[in-house]
Amino acid sequence: MSTTAPALDVRGLRFAYPDGHVALRGVDLTVAHGARVALLGPNGAGKTTLVLHLNGILTGVEGTVRVGGMTVGSDRAVLAEVRRRVGIVFQDPDDQLFLSTVAEDVAFGPANLGLRGAALAARVDEALAAVGMAGHRDRAPHHLSFGQRRRVAVATVLAMHPQLLVLDEPSSNLDPASRRELAEILRGLPVTVLMVTHDLPYALELCERSVILDEGRIVADGPTPRLLADGELLARHRLELPYGFSPRP
Amino acid sequence: MGAGSTHLLYRDGTSPVHRLPPEVKITAMVAFTLVVVATPRARFWAFGGYALLVAVVAVLSRVPPGWLLGRTSIEVPFVLFAFTLPFLGTGDRVDLFGLRLSEEGLYGAWNVLAKATLGVLASLLLAATTTTRDLILGLDRLRCPQVVTQIATFMLRYLPVLVGEAQRMRVARISRGDDPRFLWQVRGLAAGVGTLFLRAFERGERVYLAMRSRGYTGRMPPSRTDSAAATTAQWLAGAAVPAAALTVAAVAVALT
Repeated sequence: MSTTAPALDVRGLRFAYPDGHVALRGVDLTVAHGARVALLGPNGAGKTTLVLHLNGILTGVEGTVRVGGMTVGSDRAVLAEVRRRVGIVFQDPDDQLFLSTVAEDVAFGPANLGLRGAALAARVDEALAAVGMAGHRDRAPHHLSFGQRRRVAVATVLAMHPQLLVLDEPSSNLDPASRRELAEILRGLPVTVLMVTHDLPYALELCERSVILDEGRIVADGPTPRLLADGELLARHRLELPYGFSPRP
Repeated sequence: MGAGSTHLLYRDGTSPVHRLPPEVKITAMVAFTLVVVATPRARFWAFGGYALLVAVVAVLSRVPPGWLLGRTSIEVPFVLFAFTLPFLGTGDRVDLFGLRLSEEGLYGAWNVLAKATLGVLASLLLAATTTTRDLILGLDRLRCPQVVTQIATFMLRYLPVLVGEAQRMRVARISRGDDPRFLWQVRGLAAGVGTLFLRAFERGERVYLAMRSRGYTGRMPPSRTDSAAATTAQWLAGAAVPAAALTVAAVAVALT
C-alpha cells in the first residue's frame, strides 16, 4: 500500500451477469487522491455494476480493481479493508438505513470494523456532525425527511473513514434546498469522491472531472465543463442537459 | 427515543417502571405469568392477591385502569371459549342461575379466565412501559437467538416503509377507478399484495448489499452506544413482583 498509488485504479474490467448479459466490457478508470469525479451515463450503462465492483460485492471475469494500491480479491481480510476504504452510499436511503435509530445505523459500519465503546460513540458523533445531523441521533429513520435520510446515509459511510466515497445518484428525489445542502456537505468533505449521476448540472457543480460510461465502456473522460459543452457527445450517449441550462465555458 | 407510529401500545413516561431496563421487565413478566399459571385454580384468594400486584404495578407505571381494561379485549376469543366450558363439561352438575352446569366446567372456565386475564394484564403493562425497540434490546440481552431479534428489528424498521408502499399503491389503484366492494372484485388488491411481496423481496436484497458494503459478514456487531445493562438493584426491584406472587402461591399451596 503506497501513498502514491491512486485512490482508485480499474484496469480492463469485464463482467457478465449469470444470465449472460454483459454489463462491463473492459473498463479503465483511474481516480487520483482528493479528486471528485462524476461517472455519467444513461440507464443501463453499467454504472451500478461498476460501483459494486469497487468494494468487491461483485468480482469481474477479467481485469483488476485496485483501491489505494490494494487489489480487490476474494480474501476476507482484503475485502474487509477494501470495504472500509470504499464507502458506497446507495441510491435509496431506506436500503441503507436498516436499524431503528440514526445513531445505531451510523455505528453499524465502524462496529463491523471492531470499534466499541467511546471510540465508536466518537465516530458516530463525528460522522453525524459532518452531515449536520447531530441533533437527530436518536430519531427513527422513517421519521426523517428524504433529504435528511440521504444525509444520514452519507454519515453511515463516513463513520468508516473511507478513502473513496462513492455516491449512487446522490441528488435523486431531493428538493432543490436539500440538493444544495448535500452539495455543500460533499464539497466540504476531505475524501476522494466518485459520484454516479445523470444530474449533469450537479456533476458540473461538484466535479472537476467527468467520465461517461456507456454500454459497459468508458467512452469519454475529461474536464466536466468540456464534456457538457459537447452536445453531440452527450446526445450520442443519451445524456441531456436540462432545458435552458448552459454550462459555463 | 423514536416514539411514534410503530409503538402501538407504548405510553411515553418516566415512571419507575418505565426506567427499569427492558430485560428486567421481560424476566419479571414471564416469571409472574409462570407463577400465576402454576397456581391451583381453586385457591381463589391467591388470584385476588395477583390482581392486587398487577394493580400496584399499574399505579406505579401511571397506566390508567381504563386504558388497561380496554386493551384486554384481545383475550375475547379465550373468554368465549371459557364460557362454553360449564355447558360442555362433564362430571357433577350444580344449579346456578337456574341452569344445570358442570362443576368441572365452571372450574375450567374460571381457570382460563383468571389466568388469561392476569397474563394479558402483565403483558400490557410491559408493553405500555417499554418501547418495541427496547423490548428487542431486552430480548437480545437475555441471550435470545440473534436471528429472532434481527428479524424483529427489520420488521420494526421496514413495516412503516411497506405500509407506505401499500398506501401509495392503493391510492394509485383507486385513482384509476378500482373500488372493490365485494370479495370477487379484489383482483387488483390481490395483484397489489403480490407486487408488494416482490418489492419487499428486492428491497431485502438491496439492504443486504448495503450491509455487506459496510463490512457485514453475517453477525451483527453490538452497535448500541447508549444505555448500560441492568444493575443488581434494578434486578432486585424487578424481582419484587414475581417474588411476591411466588409467596402468595406458596401460601396458597401450603394451606391446601
